[in-house]
Amino acid sequence: MIDLIGYGAFFLTTALIFSLVTLGLNLQWGLTGLFNVGLAGFVAIGAYTSALLTTPDDAARLGGFGLPILVGWLGAMVVGGIAAALTGMATLRLRSDYLAITTFGVAVVVQLVALNAQKLTGGPFGIGFIPRPFGGLAETPLLFNLSNLAVICVVTLIAYLSLEHLSRSPWGRVLKALREDERAAISLGKSARFYRVQAFAVGGAIMALAGALQAHFTGFIAPDNYLPILTFQVWVMLIVGGSGSNLGAVIGSVLVWGIWAGSGTLTSVLFAPEQQARAASLQIVAIGVMLCVILLIRPNGLFGDRPRRPRLDKRAKAAATKGSSGS
Amino acid sequence: MSLQFVVDGLLTGSMIGLGAIGVTLTYSILRFSNFAHGDFMAWGTYATLAVVSAIGATFGKVAPIAPLSFGWPLLVALVVGMAFTALLALLLDKVLFSRLRSQGQAIIVVMASFGASMALRSLLEFTFTSRPTYFSRAIQIAMPVGFGIRITPDQIALLLLTAILVLGVHLLMTRTQTGRSMQALSQNPALARIVGIDVASVVRVTWIIGGALACVAGVMIGILVQIRPFMGFDMLLPMFAAAILGGIGSIPGAVLGGLIIGLAEAGAVQLIGAEWRAAVSFIILMAVLFVRPIGLFGVRER
Repeated sequence: MIDLIGYGAFFLTTALIFSLVTLGLNLQWGLTGLFNVGLAGFVAIGAYTSALLTTPDDAARLGGFGLPILVGWLGAMVVGGIAAALTGMATLRLRSDYLAITTFGVAVVVQLVALNAQKLTGGPFGIGFIPRPFGGLAETPLLFNLSNLAVICVVTLIAYLSLEHLSRSPWGRVLKALREDERAAISLGKSARFYRVQAFAVGGAIMALAGALQAHFTGFIAPDNYLPILTFQVWVMLIVGGSGSNLGAVIGSVLVWGIWAGSGTLTSVLFAPEQQARAASLQIVAIGVMLCVILLIRPNGLFGDRPRRPRLDKRAKAAATKGSSGS
Repeated sequence: MSLQFVVDGLLTGSMIGLGAIGVTLTYSILRFSNFAHGDFMAWGTYATLAVVSAIGATFGKVAPIAPLSFGWPLLVALVVGMAFTALLALLLDKVLFSRLRSQGQAIIVVMASFGASMALRSLLEFTFTSRPTYFSRAIQIAMPVGFGIRITPDQIALLLLTAILVLGVHLLMTRTQTGRSMQALSQNPALARIVGIDVASVVRVTWIIGGALACVAGVMIGILVQIRPFMGFDMLLPMFAAAILGGIGSIPGAVLGGLIIGLAEAGAVQLIGAEWRAAVSFIILMAVLFVRPIGLFGVRER
């Protein structure tokens, strides 16, 4: 029973960290219509920034500044936000696909830096000894897991409430207006690019914060934590929950993480240990097919708020209608 | 700095360029960035490998053609693989992309291609495991051709093959009715439809060309490097970068972009080390987006 509660707390902590990333993505995609397929990169930036700021001094690599955990989290948000703003500035005046390609590139490069800049990131060995909040409680796993859960609950709640507030604020209304009808919004004197960069930066900062939280709960990070599969999982969470809805983002995360963890357990029971790597890839196939099916039959997910009209120029619209008459 | 990087760069560049042709065609005619294009590459290569093995099982060991490391089975298999990859692309369009396109949300199609990419790649991994395989384990002796450059017969053959294919696609695009329809559709879809261009057939040709060339690029990687489920996914960024550098919609641009990125990568390997190779295409991509977003041969979007 105690074990079960402990596992439940651990499960929820992980799921809520995912939900934080999904909330960041929902601000970028659901509210603003910005397509980020490199979010693993921003999560990694947050994790590494916070780890560098808070770990004790290490002769093998740069830094280890031993700062308080909260400073690490703030630092993660700042660096993640700046990275996202730079990415946005480079691409947001162009067609929306360019943002997808660029963010994809950002994730590749962050992964490369994590793997190869040994002086900064510890290379393939990662960074250990990241201070854990309530590390003193590690002796009693149940208490430790529950206090972790409490922290992440509070952070997620704060993020959720602020995002709800933001999306109803004038700022959020401008974003939605840009998403729905860019030309109308611009004609009202709103700078599309300026607002989009802001939304992208705030979303990136939230993702980076999630990365930092994760790093501090596990106490160890390595480049393998931030592969494209992470990006993919979070996208499925948002689509299942329904893009545009913050509540959907949270519930979708818990639900998809439940399916993922559950199917993981199932494969480990059903398959022999030497077959498990293969079974894991089958798990990804299943989730990928699920994403495509949801896009086809229920594009609004569980809680989605819209039949949306994303940024389309005249030619893209023509191409879109072409698909129906064509093949 | 040895000039060897020129040969390596041209080879990598050919693979990137062949892949980028498909990317640029999908982007300009169907108007979305297809993240599954790299996985077409990997699927085509594994299909080719499967046919090679099947021929090997039927006819026994076949001697390779004189200086090359492969014989007629690979050539036959390549043709089958190209057809298979084209069919795969058509099938995916039928069940997924065309339906989403008809809903009129361009970026949703990109998202679906991202999901399809993950599923396709993992399915390969499930079937063939992530262990690398090879068409041939024979080692070829590289011939010196002067200036300190060495090249193997395989490499010469593949460069020739690339040149022939690129020329063929170029002629198809500029000299045939289908090619002109494709150009018309990419430049002005509405007008193209009004003048009675058969959109469905253009869409089909786009997928067939893109899929077949992706398969050739993948097989080249398989011959020169190795075959892995991730081989195409790793080529995605270079292919996008090449297509954007060349200017979306331009086939000569995609090839030239591929060659430039291939040469830059090979040069970077010599200068700063192989581990940073993948960053080269990102840096070129960002530079193009900042300086000349329409690329080398692009036309400004209206």
